[in-house]
Amino acid sequence: MSYQVNRKGYYGEFGGAFIPEMMHPNIEELQEKYMEVINSYNFRQDFIALLKHYVGRPSPLYYARRMSEKYQSHIFLKREDLNHTGSHKINNTIGQILLAKALGKTRIIAETGAGQHGVATATVCALMDMKCIVYMGALDVQRQAPNVKKMRMLGAEVIAAESGNKTLKDATNEAMRDWINNPEDTHYIIGSVVGPHPYPDMVARFQSVISEEIKWQLDEQLGRELPTRVIACVGGGSNAAGAFYHFLDSEAVELIGVEAAGKGIETKETAATLTLGKPGVLHSSRSFVMQTNDGQIIEPYSISAGLDYPGIGPMHANLHATKRAKYLWATDDEVLEAALELTQLEGIIPALESAHALAALKKLSLKPEDVNVISLSGRGDKDMETYLNHFGY
Amino acid sequence: MKNRINQLFHDKKENILSVYFTAGYPQLDDTVTIIEQLVANGVDLIEIGMPFSDPVADGPVIQQSSLVALKNGMCIARLFEQLKGIREKVNIPLILMGYLNPVLQYGVEAFCQKCAEVGIDGLILPDLPLEEYHDSYREIFARHNLHNILLITPQTSEKRLHEIDEASHGFIYMVSSSSTTGVKSSVADFHLDYFERINQLKLQNPRLIGFGISNKETFDNACQYAQGAIIGSAFVKALGDNGSLDEKISKFVNQLVKGV
Repeated sequence: MSYQVNRKGYYGEFGGAFIPEMMHPNIEELQEKYMEVINSYNFRQDFIALLKHYVGRPSPLYYARRMSEKYQSHIFLKREDLNHTGSHKINNTIGQILLAKALGKTRIIAETGAGQHGVATATVCALMDMKCIVYMGALDVQRQAPNVKKMRMLGAEVIAAESGNKTLKDATNEAMRDWINNPEDTHYIIGSVVGPHPYPDMVARFQSVISEEIKWQLDEQLGRELPTRVIACVGGGSNAAGAFYHFLDSEAVELIGVEAAGKGIETKETAATLTLGKPGVLHSSRSFVMQTNDGQIIEPYSISAGLDYPGIGPMHANLHATKRAKYLWATDDEVLEAALELTQLEGIIPALESAHALAALKKLSLKPEDVNVISLSGRGDKDMETYLNHFGY
Repeated sequence: MKNRINQLFHDKKENILSVYFTAGYPQLDDTVTIIEQLVANGVDLIEIGMPFSDPVADGPVIQQSSLVALKNGMCIARLFEQLKGIREKVNIPLILMGYLNPVLQYGVEAFCQKCAEVGIDGLILPDLPLEEYHDSYREIFARHNLHNILLITPQTSEKRLHEIDEASHGFIYMVSSSSTTGVKSSVADFHLDYFERINQLKLQNPRLIGFGISNKETFDNACQYAQGAIIGSAFVKALGDNGSLDEKISKFVNQLVKGV
């Protein structure tokens, strides 16, 4: 069985490109050209060089000794938090800005929730001298003020999305509307493995560097390429897609995604899409969606603004449906506890998103001989206020 | 069985006026009254909007009306309840317009069945692209005598224009300039070269121009290049004004047609 996208842009029954006709020329251009561009010699050269010299890759695969002792199982952390701009998001924005340049685009738009993808986009736009407009829910603009300032300092225009609940979903709607209104000079840098084909596949390919490195780094440290399991958090799912990518066909490797349960899956304040959603179409692809019986999209909630999204990438919907990957959830409280634990055991303050993956350790039956790789998708700087409010330091 | 859309374009060749409104706005139960008033004022075709929480192809006016309609309690099941018996009152073509997800949740087959029962003639689902329509929907729509109305834009390639023409059986919805609804609204935004280019293609389907048609000037201008035009945001905005529905609707249509 293949877990990759097919020619029509589907992962099993999920994916596709449910786009209004106004977006057709741009999406068709991407569908026709993305593979050719990203496989070209020039693109590969530039992409690899920037990841190495600008982003700081490879990111370390760190053996967490005290965590391993505590959980009586081998735990490695893939340190995406050490990338330039503080998360894995930059892997994708570097790829897409090079693609946008190759396609002759001069104006970049993006959506952002917590601001990590917005900052990563504003960063590469500064680097490549491109005009940058970032849509951010009006509520998130208030909640994530430091990232808004960073984006502005980097030269981006931040536009507050005033529609709906004024969070990530609404920012995405506004970015799509911008693209419809600017059909010729603009490239939309989607931040996750969501949206119409070819975005889910394209973003997964740019993020696949994570699992590519895990393989040789494990080989270097343990003399084996395959871990027992890989654990990553899932909102849209770009970090998990990158961490799973090169292990998809190695069925012996257990793949664990962790969704944000917010205040609990029995409450209305949650973002656990695979646990609670049903198949539907949101933001141009068919996947699991949190929705009412009437097909209206439900506003999600999570303490982590980066996982606060009512959909999930179609690749994950398919991995879930085929049972190739297993999806757990973690509540806000479990996540805060896991973040503090990592901080005090290893001296690493994780992002709230990444702490979801850490919280899964308590939910799995780990054996002493197991090799667990946890993708630490981002650092906790942006979440200090939440941590300080909660822990009272 | 003849479809009312084809009958309309057979009987009337120019200045066809199509009006969109969001079902459930301004009040939940205004649907039938709005349809009757539009017909009484001489409108040729009506597009009934099924509100959706995330209407990405729409500008602020229709977004806002959708939000209010959903808060009022509008949903597809309720809309079908309201439309029961509408064919005893009006005979012009009625089209349902909305996004795919609510239709999927209702069930495509059940949805089309209900459309046929209440007397709907066509569907406009902006996020159902041509390819998906061909693969999974065409046969179901056809079985219930529902025309799928497809959109074209200034950026649509000539090859695709012909594919869309081939797949269309009612009319083609010609988007005046690439935009979301209700954003651009002056004749200056029209791409006249695009209008003329499409005219010269001799497509087999008639066309209505929509997006950016807001007053007599833009309506008349659009009608020079197609069989008629579609008004959406401007009408929805007028429905939000103070006054009775009867007054608002007759005033709006009269201003549009007569300029007074």
